Amino acid sequence: MSRLALIFCLTAALHGQSIAIQAEALHTVAGPVIADGVVLILDGKITAVGKASDVKIPAGLAVKRAKVAIPGLVDGRSTVGLSGLLNQSHDQDQLEASAPIQPELRAIDAYNGRDPLVGYLRSLGITTVHTGHGPGALISGQTFVVKTDATEVTRGVLKAQAMVAATLGDGARARDGKAPGTRAKQIAMLRSELVGAQEYARKLKDAEKGKEPGRDLRKEALAQVLRRELPLLVTAHRAQDILSLLRLAKEFDLDIVLDGGAEAYLVLDALKAAKVPVILHPTMARSFGDQENQSLETAAKLQAAGIPFSFQSGFEGYVPKTRVVLWEGAMAAANGLGFEDTLRALTLTPARLLGLGDRVGSLEKGKDGDVALYDGDPFEFTTHCVGTVINGVVVSEGEDTRPLSR
Amino acid sequence: MRPLTPALAPGLVFALAFLPVVAQEAPQAFIGARIIPMEGPEIEQGVLVVQGGKVIAVGGADLAVPAGAVRHDAKGKVIMPGLVDTHSHIGSPEGADSSAPIQPEVRVSDSLNLGSASVMKARAGGITSVNVMPGSGHLLSGQTMYLKLREGQTLDALAMGRLPNGSYLGGMKMANGTNPRRTTGPFPGTRAKSAALVREQFVKAQDYQRKLKEAGDDPKKRPSRDLAMEALVEVLEGKRVVHHHTHRHDDILTVLRLSKEFGFKVVLHHVSDAWMVADEVAKSGMGASIILIDSPGGKLETKDLRMTNGAALEKAGVLVGFHTDDPITDSRWFIREAAFAVRAGMSRQAALEGMTLSGAKLLDLQGRIGSLKAGKDADFLLLSGDPLSVYSHVEQTWVEGAKVFDRSDPKQRLYAVGGHGASHDTDDLTHLMALEAEETYQ
Repeated sequence: MSRLALIFCLTAALHGQSIAIQAEALHTVAGPVIADGVVLILDGKITAVGKASDVKIPAGLAVKRAKVAIPGLVDGRSTVGLSGLLNQSHDQDQLEASAPIQPELRAIDAYNGRDPLVGYLRSLGITTVHTGHGPGALISGQTFVVKTDATEVTRGVLKAQAMVAATLGDGARARDGKAPGTRAKQIAMLRSELVGAQEYARKLKDAEKGKEPGRDLRKEALAQVLRRELPLLVTAHRAQDILSLLRLAKEFDLDIVLDGGAEAYLVLDALKAAKVPVILHPTMARSFGDQENQSLETAAKLQAAGIPFSFQSGFEGYVPKTRVVLWEGAMAAANGLGFEDTLRALTLTPARLLGLGDRVGSLEKGKDGDVALYDGDPFEFTTHCVGTVINGVVVSEGEDTRPLSR
Repeated sequence: MRPLTPALAPGLVFALAFLPVVAQEAPQAFIGARIIPMEGPEIEQGVLVVQGGKVIAVGGADLAVPAGAVRHDAKGKVIMPGLVDTHSHIGSPEGADSSAPIQPEVRVSDSLNLGSASVMKARAGGITSVNVMPGSGHLLSGQTMYLKLREGQTLDALAMGRLPNGSYLGGMKMANGTNPRRTTGPFPGTRAKSAALVREQFVKAQDYQRKLKEAGDDPKKRPSRDLAMEALVEVLEGKRVVHHHTHRHDDILTVLRLSKEFGFKVVLHHVSDAWMVADEVAKSGMGASIILIDSPGGKLETKDLRMTNGAALEKAGVLVGFHTDDPITDSRWFIREAAFAVRAGMSRQAALEGMTLSGAKLLDLQGRIGSLKAGKDADFLLLSGDPLSVYSHVEQTWVEGAKVFDRSDPKQRLYAVGGHGASHDTDDLTHLMALEAEETYQ
């Protein structure tokens, strides 16, 4: 090693962004499991991955060891940071109930990276969350993607605008004579909004310089959806709602992502033909209402059908205030999906689905140094997360569920 | 559970459902499984013999299988006692209404739909005994019912027993903290008022109890019957255990003070802050039924819930059981709680007992259920692997020597894994209701 490189390494180590991780079982997701593997992270980025015998760890670099290492987990859909732990009105920002359609609401304007639940998830190995406005309104607002070590949104934001969140079915039904009161009305309202946004975009394009229409933030956000810059993330559970969504997507040539999908197993062919990826409802979500027919085996069926899907922690209105995507995956792993496919749906698939496949989701040279460490099979409920690393920094040394010391 | 054959005439299904199980069948032997009897060490290559709804013998490979026994090959499986869920809301229970904060005369048994999908899911989750609690939001929301999840959908088919006045065996549901607080009506607005209202009722009950005692066998001297007071006297006499919802550390201590003041036996439920006052709980001698969920929060009183709760209580010497509070946690993931408890430092033995024997003790039913021991009810599970592994499935659930869930049957498997129709009530119930309607309107 040249003297210059050595100085560089030491400096990076001092800054805490360089580290070597050595694991008895290293799951890179990019390739087969490496027994006694090493991930080398320099200046926040992965520079080498391989067998311990093949990867030279620079002298003086901190080495963190664990039984099992996997890529930092990517939560496909959450409201964490917006739906706070206390569940009091002052810390619930995932749903603005004043109007059914508000695509201009941005997640970055509401995210509280210091909510204890963010830290809780981080301590269990979740390093990236796709979070923001929740289900519960026809269009509730936008989502964004952030690393779980970002206490402020001045850093760690991977995508300030990720998707526009919508809901179909009973979850978006308004009561007391307000619209939308029916499923057909929901689609009619969405169609009308999208047509309005189309016209707005056309007027903007056709207008002479200086004579453009005044800015309409709501239509601007939907115009981004129409231009396929932002996918429409639609929460729908019943088969009929999923099919309504596919019709709407075709009508407006939208880039859509299905969120939830409790009855997705009934419409696999249609989803596959429409090339729609799925962010599957939490495996252990409660089986009520539109979700009464959900199954623990839907993940395995999506996998068999070749439909890309990711797990999610979702939104909870009551207890538990957040689910843990790791455990939602675990339950699917035990119900037909198996270890490898589950791990992929917790890491690389959501990363790609979010357009971040070059940054996170697998342990490969050039990607962010995000790693989760466990003292056994991560999917066993009795296993502990023994460390979380983000951009080469150890951000957590263990769960807050660890044994009492007193 | 027998196959649910829609082709069967409703009347025949009805008759089958009420066939007494006392027919003295041959003994059944389950051979080759790893047996976790709960009392005593785990047995590799074990043998479990059951007959007449009871455990006859549990032992190793050398245990003699009785002649004429039906032999079940259980090699590679794990057998453990049926699970005891000490706090659940399966069967669509209702209890007290919004007219008053204290309603001891209300019985949850008068509201249950025992053919509901939730009951099927509980069997699929390995639960064989369950304390079904009436609703929430009261200081006292009524009498609970202990169910044994045998086949059938009637109260008598599933009851664990009756008290002398004919009510079904169960406890009494109470709550404090924010749960019973309301800003309207006759409900308490503060914690002190909550305790005052409870104290007032127990003082009345003591008075009623004294009058009953003074009257002795003379019916003329007896006070006129007061069903609410009768139920509270059952509590004072220890015939009904109080199952007390409580979260915050100070509320937990308030429950213990009231329990001491009036001498009633209490099980502390949820007890999110128990880890803060574990020694005080231990000193009281009362047990705790805890719930471990995915994360803390969701309401103010659970902001400090920790997965270490089980470990802390065990360390302090408290008897710890678990509950699902279904639908807060689905009955099918009951075992996950024990795994979480172990994750956070509880011993494997205490965690396994928490789902079985300790739960039985909290319900005062340890003489009948909770472990695999000669003479106890033949309630057990066949698991595909270690109970604490996520990869293990409950393959069969047996209650009193009869199979009530079998994962290899596609219709029953539906209740285990979900799918279209999995949240619908059972076919049996449809038949039963059709029959009842027929009888009613003939």
